Amino acid sequence: MKITQEEVRHVAHLARLEFPEDQIGKFTIQLNDILMYMEMLNALDTKGVEPMTHATVLYNAFRDDEVKPSLGEGESLANAPDPRGQFFRVPRVIE
Amino acid sequence: MEYEPVIGLEVHAQLLTSSKIFCACSTAFGAPPNTNTCPVCLGMPGVLPVLNRKVVEFAVKMALATNCRINTYNRFARKNYFYPDLPKGYQISQYALPLAEDGHLIVETAAGKKRIGITRIHMEEDAGKLIHDEHNPYSYVDLNRTGVPLIEIVSEPDIHSAEEAAAYLRALHEILVYLGICDGNMEEGSFRCDANVSLRPKGQEAFGTRTELKNMNSFRNVQRALEYEIKRQEYILEGGGEIVQETRLWDDSQGVTNPMRGKEEAHDYRYFPDPDLVTVHIDETWIEEIRKTLPELPMARRERLQKEYGLPAYDAGVLTSSRALADYYEEAARLCGAPKIAANWVMGDLLKLLNEEGKTFDACPVGAASLARMIRLIEDGTISGKIAKELLQEMYAAGKEPEEIIAERGLVQITDEGALKAVIEEILAANPAQVAQYRAGKEKVFGFFVGQAMKATGGKANPRLLNDLLKRMLAP
Repeated sequence: MKITQEEVRHVAHLARLEFPEDQIGKFTIQLNDILMYMEMLNALDTKGVEPMTHATVLYNAFRDDEVKPSLGEGESLANAPDPRGQFFRVPRVIE
Repeated sequence: MEYEPVIGLEVHAQLLTSSKIFCACSTAFGAPPNTNTCPVCLGMPGVLPVLNRKVVEFAVKMALATNCRINTYNRFARKNYFYPDLPKGYQISQYALPLAEDGHLIVETAAGKKRIGITRIHMEEDAGKLIHDEHNPYSYVDLNRTGVPLIEIVSEPDIHSAEEAAAYLRALHEILVYLGICDGNMEEGSFRCDANVSLRPKGQEAFGTRTELKNMNSFRNVQRALEYEIKRQEYILEGGGEIVQETRLWDDSQGVTNPMRGKEEAHDYRYFPDPDLVTVHIDETWIEEIRKTLPELPMARRERLQKEYGLPAYDAGVLTSSRALADYYEEAARLCGAPKIAANWVMGDLLKLLNEEGKTFDACPVGAASLARMIRLIEDGTISGKIAKELLQEMYAAGKEPEEIIAERGLVQITDEGALKAVIEEILAANPAQVAQYRAGKEKVFGFFVGQAMKATGGKANPRLLNDLLKRMLAP
């Protein structure tokens, strides 16, 4: 096995996802299949080939340091589920 | 057992750009909550970040000033975690291939110069600000700071005392401000420091278990927090206990560090290259272009001032404490041709006047050229040093040139022997008792005559001439 149930639980937690226990076993098998498939790619000899991180050869896309107007007053909060005054309100994150 | 502290520091410095690192929102401090935000820094779907060129230039400046190797190719990565100060669910930072690596800094400590290695410098975006409700289970989020550009400077674990840590931080801070890439304001969070601390038995190679210290917002607090933490760990180890690897917060009011709660989960940031940002390519031409704009760094300047102008180390230290002050001093020294005298005026009277108003040399009402002319006027005997002190105050208050005030107020020194003689004759005639005392050997009375003559001339008598004449005319 390329991945354990414990790892699946950990990754799910990091992504803030919750699953019933029986699904953890199912996902472990499915994720394992995907990782086994990746193993096939590992069989290729990539010696001397730079790892590719981007699908474009473009580099140095810059903007100049110029300020442009931000969203208007209230607009930044327009989609907030629980705005209070000028703030986003969220469940308290420290004790 | 004797323990050796091992300290590594992580400094976050906010870069002095006008706009954020990946969008055109303003970086101004103190705007109403959430008004300096746009779809990019709010993490709306479908937007693309675009890197601010100035951030790269500023970061390269710091990398060059701290002797780092700049990575020709460097790239941004996503650091994934959930916290409401980060609307995207990740912070854009650099991980593999940061901007620069393998630098060092020479710092001055009580024990002499010391070299402290710099592991890496990378660019990243700042997170937002959280305000926690003390009575209700809510936190309030202000995303104005989200996306403000930072560089993170990570030191090697080369620091072995709280004092060394403070010296290193001061040196970093001084360079950042000298380069003009950070305002260095610790209260507003433009310069923040976290510390990793562990102890190991003296002579042992392997590191002990470390704790991470946060929430120290001044040089003094960094030093106090480290001193406390070193003692705390020593106490535990002496008692046969074990150090728990954790993040601890400095409590300034209690003078202690406490474990931080809430983010207990072991960090697992799952960094990966950010596909939204193309790689940054910094070639030699660009590096050289930036290198040309570097000012002389504070330590080199201190050493040069000592050598070139024959100043004591202390004076050179004061005069280079800010770039504006050092520039001002050097211009005045060059124009008046009397560097030591210029140093005394700049460090003494002028610095005092500015300090009284909480001003700095950027805003000095007396230009360096005016100060230099005033010094020339003392040197050529036009005015006395005593008059010059008053003159400088007036130049400062009225923003006038020295010659103008001298003419207005008739402050020119009396160097005419005949005129001064006449004044002295009158004083001697009016004070026969003191004259007799002096002639009977009571030399202290001499000061009395100097005082009288200065009073009679409104402080304008040339001191050397006055002394000569008095001595001659009082001789029995």
